[in-house]
Amino acid sequence: MDFLTLIQVLDSTLRLATPLLLVCLAGLFSERAGIFDIGLEGKILAAAFLSASLAFVTGSVWIGLLAGIGASVAMSAIHGLASITLRGDQIISGVAINFLAAGLTVVVSQAWFGQGGRTPPLKSGGRFEPINFPGAVPSKEMADAGPIMQIYSELLSGHSLLVYVALLTVPLSWFILYKTRFGLRLRAVGENPAAVDTAGISVVGMRYAAVIICGVLCGIAGAYISTALQANFTKDMSAGRGFIALAALIFAKWRPWYALGACLLFGFFFAVDNRFQNILLPAWSLSAALSIMTVGLVGYVWRKDLLDKFVLGGLAFGLALIAFMIVASVWDVGTSTQIKIPVVFIQSLPYILTVVVLAGFVGKAIPPRSGGVPYVKEK
Amino acid sequence: MDVMPKWADVVLVPIVSLVLAAFLSALLILAIGESPSEALKLMVEGTLMRSAGWGYMLYYTTNFIFTGLAVSVAFHAALFNIGGEGQAMIGGLGVALVCLFIPWPHWSLAIIGASFGAAIFGMIWAGLPAYLQAKRGSHIVITTIMFNFIAAGVLNFFLVGALKPKGSMDPATANFPTSTHLPTFEDMAQILGIEKMFRSAPANVSFFIALLACVAVWYLIWRTPLGYEIRALGKSGPAARYAGVGSVKIIMIAMMISGALCGMMAINTTQGESERLILNFTEGAGFIGIAVALMGRSHPLGVLLAALLFGFLYQGGAELALWTKIPREMIIVIQALVILFTGALTLMVRAPLERLFLAVWKG
Repeated sequence: MDFLTLIQVLDSTLRLATPLLLVCLAGLFSERAGIFDIGLEGKILAAAFLSASLAFVTGSVWIGLLAGIGASVAMSAIHGLASITLRGDQIISGVAINFLAAGLTVVVSQAWFGQGGRTPPLKSGGRFEPINFPGAVPSKEMADAGPIMQIYSELLSGHSLLVYVALLTVPLSWFILYKTRFGLRLRAVGENPAAVDTAGISVVGMRYAAVIICGVLCGIAGAYISTALQANFTKDMSAGRGFIALAALIFAKWRPWYALGACLLFGFFFAVDNRFQNILLPAWSLSAALSIMTVGLVGYVWRKDLLDKFVLGGLAFGLALIAFMIVASVWDVGTSTQIKIPVVFIQSLPYILTVVVLAGFVGKAIPPRSGGVPYVKEK
Repeated sequence: MDVMPKWADVVLVPIVSLVLAAFLSALLILAIGESPSEALKLMVEGTLMRSAGWGYMLYYTTNFIFTGLAVSVAFHAALFNIGGEGQAMIGGLGVALVCLFIPWPHWSLAIIGASFGAAIFGMIWAGLPAYLQAKRGSHIVITTIMFNFIAAGVLNFFLVGALKPKGSMDPATANFPTSTHLPTFEDMAQILGIEKMFRSAPANVSFFIALLACVAVWYLIWRTPLGYEIRALGKSGPAARYAGVGSVKIIMIAMMISGALCGMMAINTTQGESERLILNFTEGAGFIGIAVALMGRSHPLGVLLAALLFGFLYQGGAELALWTKIPREMIIVIQALVILFTGALTLMVRAPLERLFLAVWKG
């Protein structure tokens, strides 16, 4: 793999990580204020649809962006009404919002455009165009440019405005959450709402503020997907990004800078998956990696109780079996034969990593203490 | 709490929620330029007025009974199993392995084997998140969502790899042997001497297994010590622990029963209908189980009725998509509204009803 290929993969990482990052930070605000949000997926989808529709009709991407934010904030308002005012189940409300968006976007786009749940392709002006930095070389001449120039022209330059907005949102979120009074109160509402209430600050107000911020960020992410990454809305185009962002949020342990790292990592998986159809590794190295995991698991459960032995031991057995089968399948031709890593494995990595982190084997992820609990003021 | 009599809580709240959902859906249908009354008429005619419509409806109902019961059992232990979709996918893998690699002499034996295969595979897939919740405190909602995606990956891996017959292009297993094919309602009607009933509809004997599952879940939850322990843990974790109910054990058992029920959905779709394992065979039934369980108030009888309603909506939705401009996704909107009103906005539905009852009782 040459240097330019690496830069191109990183460039694509940045583009694919952008929506994840915005949604992850959206979830961060909501969950830090104690409102769980499974409905991120639905908000992105609703925003992607409405921004693509209005950008097409008006020809202005800015009106599209505003409409997208509006759609997402409307979904947030439903979530807020259900989980803050009516003290309903936040998870069920989030599930409902996902379905509401999945259904409404198709029904309405079919009624408006009659193209089977798609919106017509956007022309220029209706999209966020790439911004080329001064002096950046066009992609045709990229191969002849020096490494620094390649980094500058390919990786840093040539993204749409929203990519830079997303990157700036990270320090901004950090500043708001950790350096302002508003941020302190917002975090406190997620940890101990009663204390915030005692200090004379409205828990309901703080939580609504957090949910609306979440809606705005999801709206930008949705608009990015349908007007910058793609040029129209297609059915279910959010493609699980809301859930991956949720995974990234846990991976990042509910912290803004970690969120940047987690989203870039998950974006990198997608970029690798897009770029390379066949990832080959020698059979022995795969088997060795699996065997090490097996030994690690067995060592871990050695002194644990029966259930641990049964579940994790079973998992270890499964891993050992796969390691054995890999070796057995190439025994005749030699163990250094290249084995193809299944594409689905790379695609599933974000989810697998999140489960491992959740399980607390690699640094425990502790959610905000009052997350998911409606606040009932003492009467 | 006890402002309303129990029957009102059990019957009125779901019905009012349903009416609200129907009203909003009617507004949406009006807004996209179709007539709600025409739509309803089409749905009723296409589903209830012909036997094939019933055959399709009961096929969907069978799926929703399994997933609805699964979500209910977990609800009783205060666990939210959102991973029904993944558990059903892995259950499908179990069905396929049992049907493809064991030479069954007769379908009646095959369905028992396939049920075990589906249940055990579903159980394993629910067992891991359950273990992580019980022993490591990882939130079951998040882990089961992640396991849905991982399950889709696993299914994909097998269907484009090891289980795909050589030379075939589509991601599916080979057709199951004829001896494992389940009799459909059409076959059963013919045995009874009735011709031209349920023509080519997919409903099959697994519907009766779903009914048996309803009875079994009812017996388990309300008539056995285990069911009592599950409900005790669900009502109050600390109280249950104080009474000597081991939360680790109950979380494991409740989730594994839930996973087994979700997995068994695959005998209907995979062994009964497609007769081979295909991608996306779950068609979101795992998620509809959430709506069904909420609407049926986690009681098997309620689940059965709610599953019938959603079966009607699914078949009716297909009719609408065929004859009008209303796409099938209309049903997802209705489903979302039902979940919203019965699960998240309950206070909005309950509070006016309670006030009404108070006024009537006093006056």
